[in-house]
Amino acid sequence: MSSSTEEIEQLISQEYKQGFVTELETETFPPGLDEEVIAKLSKIKNEPDFMLEYRLKAFRHWQTMKNPDWAQLNVEPIDYQAISYYSAPKRKEDGPQSLDEVDPELLETYKKLGIPLDEQERLAGVAVDAVFDSVSVATTFKGKLKDVGVIFCPISEALQEHPELVKQYLGTVVPETDNFFAALNAAVFTDGSFVYIPKGVRCPMELSTYFRINAANTGQFERTLIIADEGSHVSYLEGCTAPMRDENQLHAAVVELIVMDNAEIKYSTVQNWYPGDENGVGGIYNFVTKRAECRGHNSKVSWTQVETGSAITWKYPSCVLLGDNSVGEFYSVALTNNYQQADTGTKMIHIGKNTSSTIISKGISAGKAQNTYRGLVKVGKGAENARNFTQCDSLLVGDKCGAHTFPYVEVKQPSAQIEHEATTSKISEDQLFFCQQRGISAEDAVSMIVNGFCKEVFKELPMEFAVEAQALLGISLEGSSVG
Amino acid sequence: MLSIKNLHVSVGEKPILKGVNLEINSSEVHAIMGPNGAGKSTLAHVLSGKAGYTVTQGSVTFKGQDLLDLSPEIRAREGVFLAFQYPVEIPGVSNIYLLKAALNSIRKHKGLEEVDAMDFLTLVKDKIKLLQMDEKFLYRAVNEGFSGGEKKRNEILQAAILEPALCVLDETDSGLDIDALKIVADGVNSLRAPDRSFLMITHYQRLLDYIKPDFVHVLADGQIVKSGGPELALELEAKGYQWIEEKAA
Repeated sequence: MSSSTEEIEQLISQEYKQGFVTELETETFPPGLDEEVIAKLSKIKNEPDFMLEYRLKAFRHWQTMKNPDWAQLNVEPIDYQAISYYSAPKRKEDGPQSLDEVDPELLETYKKLGIPLDEQERLAGVAVDAVFDSVSVATTFKGKLKDVGVIFCPISEALQEHPELVKQYLGTVVPETDNFFAALNAAVFTDGSFVYIPKGVRCPMELSTYFRINAANTGQFERTLIIADEGSHVSYLEGCTAPMRDENQLHAAVVELIVMDNAEIKYSTVQNWYPGDENGVGGIYNFVTKRAECRGHNSKVSWTQVETGSAITWKYPSCVLLGDNSVGEFYSVALTNNYQQADTGTKMIHIGKNTSSTIISKGISAGKAQNTYRGLVKVGKGAENARNFTQCDSLLVGDKCGAHTFPYVEVKQPSAQIEHEATTSKISEDQLFFCQQRGISAEDAVSMIVNGFCKEVFKELPMEFAVEAQALLGISLEGSSVG
Repeated sequence: MLSIKNLHVSVGEKPILKGVNLEINSSEVHAIMGPNGAGKSTLAHVLSGKAGYTVTQGSVTFKGQDLLDLSPEIRAREGVFLAFQYPVEIPGVSNIYLLKAALNSIRKHKGLEEVDAMDFLTLVKDKIKLLQMDEKFLYRAVNEGFSGGEKKRNEILQAAILEPALCVLDETDSGLDIDALKIVADGVNSLRAPDRSFLMITHYQRLLDYIKPDFVHVLADGQIVKSGGPELALELEAKGYQWIEEKAA
């Protein structure tokens, strides 16, 4: 190993900045999962009866399922009885009615994370739902959104205020029997965001949810449901962080998007869960099911994700293109460093005529990390003139990491056009030396090259997030070695 | 400006430079010629701080500082510039982005304010004319898909913007046709200044027809075996390197 490699190796040991713990009085269930726990959970949330039935059905089905093992991942067995399924900051009688009543400790926590919940401080144009462990603690700009008919609230609140809407759509994209983690989520999900954009409305601001895991030994099971009715448009962002702990913690979310005629949902994620330390101890297991159904004609869904955190990321935000002329897009940057693992990609299911999809995936692997792209493009019999373009690029930083690509294509319609491009490249010592010789530090050079590699995806992110994502890549790569 | 004293350098166990002595003052242009394998590129790499070389003896002083003690990026910020023999490609990073990042890191090091995008663009457009390059090169990825001549011109463009004190040109003439050679040489000549010196490494005399050196040195088997004025280059061209090597032996 050359001396420059050693130097670069030393560069990468910056601490995870969001790793602090908030000291709060909480109400936490003892670890363990059975029907009684689920009943208690449903009761504490004062849910309508159909929800308890739904949860129990999911739980019974889950018990018949096995933990899947097909991914290119090395997952320590999870003891589902050792996890607590509910943890919430203690609150006054009915919960806070306004921001003034939110525990100042919590407001401070979000401020520290760079997400001030005070509407005055918050950048105008972004409404935030803050989910802390199992519950939503605050949602901003609710009033302003209500004026145009947009519903943006915690899903637990939606179950109280708009049970008919939740009942109509929940589980219709990702059924409770869909997969192991989706079934578990359906049984025990605690909170998440609910969005309904009425016909013809262009949501006047970006909606965002900020997920924070704080309590130890708990799982976070969030559920997000977004419905864009005919001719509507919404851009939604989610961000995620967690404290540094030696134990792995489970985050098993389900996100369902429903898009009607001529409507569009743009869903962006910047995921920065705690990735574990440089020896691979601790970190979040991020096992997520995200799926969108383009039910209407000319409907469009665009997933953009920047995944830099988590010990293990396992997710495939997918699009079911039912409506004729509907469009699905997937733009992804997945960065793994140290012992992180990611098995991520997308599924594009073409059912309607003239449907089209685009997949741009950028995988970056550093340290001893493994990064896998897994994608499915499926064109059904009736999907005349379906089109897909897939571009899958991998970048290796150093010589101890790996990149893997598993593209699956199933086509049953002869008029379909499917394109797939893939590249693998490596940041070389010569590239780094060249940058250094021009006065740029090795660390900045790596970050510059990686950002250049991800440019096509970053341009899809809303402005504010793009800046955050670039900074995040720089931090996540510190300490990666080239050689 | 640059003082190399008794420099010995090895790669692994193998000695490459075996006691190089060289003094370069401000504004001087020095050419180092020599047969293949003499250690010419090694000298360029050691001056710029490339990894993989071990200095076993001797010293290099640059503007009064121990150059060998500085990291490659600090050397660059202090004013050592290497025009690479084989410039690398950096996909995804635009030329203009790299240039701006480089200039600003150098300015920051010198305690100067960073230049903003508008001022930078004005500066770059000015310099790019000098090298008869199309502006579209600025927005292409660094060296990606550039021809050999374009890559070399791009190196000189970088020197023109970064304004180094010492410019080391490593076989800048290799792979250039005669027209490209003239453009590159014009670019280099326009960079000549009282506070800037050049160390040109070349195998052939032809570059020296266009860039007139003040001194010519012959490097053979890790040592400078002969130094002289521009006429030495002509003598080498006529007689070949063997004459020198035999004389040295």
